[in-house]
Amino acid sequence: MFAFIIQRLFQAVLVMLVVAFVSFALFQFVGDPVNNMVGQDATEAQREALRERLGLNDPVPLQFLNFVTNAAQFEFGLSYRLGIPVEEIVAQRLPATIELVLVSAVIALLVGVPMGVYTGLNRHSPLSKVFLTVSLIGISLPTFLIGILLILVFGVWLAWLPTFGRSGTVDLGWWETSFLTVQGWRSLILPGITLALFQLTLIMRLVRAEMLEVLRTDYIKFARARGLSNRAINFGHALKNTLVPVITIIGLQIGSLLAFSIITETVFAWPGMGLLIIQAIQFADIPVMSSYLVLIALFFVLINLIVDLLYYVVDPRLRIERGGAH
Amino acid sequence: MRYRLGLVAAVAAVAALTLSPAQEAQAQEKVFRYATTGDVLGLDPHSNNEGPTNTMKGNVYGMLIHRKPDLSLEPDLAVSWENVDEVTWRFNLREGVTFHNGNPFTADDVVYSFKRQTQETSDMSFALATIEEIRKVDDYTVEIVTKGPDPILLLNMPNFYIMDEEWTEENNAFEVVRGAGQTNFPNVNANGTGPYRVVEWVQDNRLVLEPFDDYWGKDQMMANIDRAVFTPIPNDATRVAALLSGEIDMMYPVPLQDVPRLQNEADVEVMEGPELRTIFLGFDQWRDELLDMPGSGENPFKDQRVRAAFAHAIDLQAIQRVVMRGASTPTGLMVAPGINGFVEELNTPYEYNPERSRELLAEAGYPDGFPVTLDCPNDRYVNDEPICNAVIPMLERIGIDVTLNAQTKSLHFNKIGRAEGNNTSFFMLGWTPGSYDSLNPLMQLMTTGEPGHGDWNSGRYSNPEVMALTQKIKTEMDPEERQAMITEAFRIHQEDVGHIPLHQQALAWGVRTDTVEEIIQRPFNDVDLRYVVMK
Repeated sequence: MFAFIIQRLFQAVLVMLVVAFVSFALFQFVGDPVNNMVGQDATEAQREALRERLGLNDPVPLQFLNFVTNAAQFEFGLSYRLGIPVEEIVAQRLPATIELVLVSAVIALLVGVPMGVYTGLNRHSPLSKVFLTVSLIGISLPTFLIGILLILVFGVWLAWLPTFGRSGTVDLGWWETSFLTVQGWRSLILPGITLALFQLTLIMRLVRAEMLEVLRTDYIKFARARGLSNRAINFGHALKNTLVPVITIIGLQIGSLLAFSIITETVFAWPGMGLLIIQAIQFADIPVMSSYLVLIALFFVLINLIVDLLYYVVDPRLRIERGGAH
Repeated sequence: MRYRLGLVAAVAAVAALTLSPAQEAQAQEKVFRYATTGDVLGLDPHSNNEGPTNTMKGNVYGMLIHRKPDLSLEPDLAVSWENVDEVTWRFNLREGVTFHNGNPFTADDVVYSFKRQTQETSDMSFALATIEEIRKVDDYTVEIVTKGPDPILLLNMPNFYIMDEEWTEENNAFEVVRGAGQTNFPNVNANGTGPYRVVEWVQDNRLVLEPFDDYWGKDQMMANIDRAVFTPIPNDATRVAALLSGEIDMMYPVPLQDVPRLQNEADVEVMEGPELRTIFLGFDQWRDELLDMPGSGENPFKDQRVRAAFAHAIDLQAIQRVVMRGASTPTGLMVAPGINGFVEELNTPYEYNPERSRELLAEAGYPDGFPVTLDCPNDRYVNDEPICNAVIPMLERIGIDVTLNAQTKSLHFNKIGRAEGNNTSFFMLGWTPGSYDSLNPLMQLMTTGEPGHGDWNSGRYSNPEVMALTQKIKTEMDPEERQAMITEAFRIHQEDVGHIPLHQQALAWGVRTDTVEEIIQRPFNDVDLRYVVMK
């Protein structure tokens, strides 16, 4: 197990280096940050001096090397747009995104899995048809549209919930959380649902398909023959066996929740990583962009690592193989 | 029973969640909450030069002279000023003024701020470029010595922000830091003499200001707010929704398509007014061969008749009506009304006459037109790309084969700017003179070839007469003669068709009338909190 983790971490470093290099190659196409940083009245000499100071005149491989050397010392540079160190900005924004992603993942799981089980068990009930129709909408409507619709209905017409922003936060010193106040939860609801909807429908459909598959298998028939209760069969045997693919997908989806949060955060003016990166791209804020991409790569690697470890917990066969054959 | 308790708890939780605590708090104090597309770039008054950032700095920092909403000047930290001789100005400073941290304001702070703002890394140094030195006469008198006679010194003074020497030195922040190195202390902290002090700034999230109790002009100020909360909301639809739901009291810009909808709302008003920025098109007038006509050895734009043909082919009224939905003012000049030097008589756009255009093209030897690429930003000005898209068929009607190259501002400005050697044949650009004086566009847009000239004259329009006039305008102290020369320079540029001015875009602010009593809209797209009155 330990060797496995070490091996994965080595892979992570490699992945992050590749991501950093590719992103540096791409930065050549987002434009020159200098024009965004100075006003129209700056002289050509001032522009050139700034370009030189930022190291933008260096060849790309050298810029990349500088970035990697500094990053290895946990120095990610100063944001061109905000003028403060990137690690400080990330520390400020990461809690917002992580809390949002956490809330959506919990919503997606708590609603998606039962819905999937229900529609799998009661294929022909009217409620199942309703669930499936709704999930079709969830999967086909783009996130920004869902977000704006929710804002319109719950924010503007009904005026129940805030339409934007992250208010009611409590600063714990190292983490600014929304979880401790009513206002914080209120502002989490709409973006949380918006971000969760796609994942929710995906999980529901996946669980449903897996349930249908598993319910046809022989061991379920035997379980019934043994006279086990429906509840024991459905949840103890059937659901448990659908979980391996579900965990894989959820793991990957938490990664994409981080990525999809770009749209949700922009729509809700949610001050997290997604909003940060979209503004960084518009500004050609290279230090923020490169650090963001490397960080997201790190997340994906870590999530996949956790998923791999979870397989061991869920699927006893993996544990046995590992213990025996090697 | 257990389930029923659960139900009650759930209902209570929903009720608690949906009650709005914001509304209760509002009755007690007057909080002005406003939003726009992006955050200010920083609080360091000498670091960035960007419209909304400058206005925010003006809420917090004092200057010698303040610019009023109608663009006229009023005393701020200077109470009076006089010309001692052609190059020396004496400013008498206001006594008894304190900075937000309680330090007294004196002449030393002015001298210190001058040194800080004129560093090469300061983007605000342009405003003080003509000043040789500022010297202290006594604690409340300074003398400004200019490098030569400077008729617009006073116009630049609202861009000269005064910092506290003691506070800046304590925090070791004399140097204006940009891009590399350590964070600049004053960029995230503020200490000015202005009417508002910064309570909290969470970048990209909220900037909270409260009135400064010891502000020297507190009694004359029309504003009555207890707190101002500035929030960036990048998404247009979200910003509109926040205004409609009453979570904010004011926001800008209102997207053009939402203006009629907001006007129909009972508690919302849309304030529209002209902005100072002029949007125009320019041509490559210096290459011997047009970029789109390789091998031909020709550049049609060198011929005034071709440029005039373009000008007569573009229907400004149609652009105003269709693309801008009425929210623009078609223009014939490179400066807007309100800019010092503006000439009403010259502000007639070129006549729309495609027939004449075809004749002119034929005379110039291009009866069948020629190909050209139009460089256009797509995220900088109001409807920038749609404007370019509207221009294309107008030019195709006279036989010009136009290819559109619309891209993000950071790529666009690099391509047409000096960074890539003005790599353009035909481009769109917008300009607001930072000094509010015509000299600035004359130097930056309409002349080229000397230091300080033509930084954004991307087509390198050049006429020696305009250059000679511009040189004289720089130092002419007599306002009438100066105006005559500006008028003459603008007339020549117009005859030459050096550029095609299109319009000034309109400001559109959305204001809630149930909470805001009065707000003065200045011809800038940002809010001076001195002029906000809440109900």
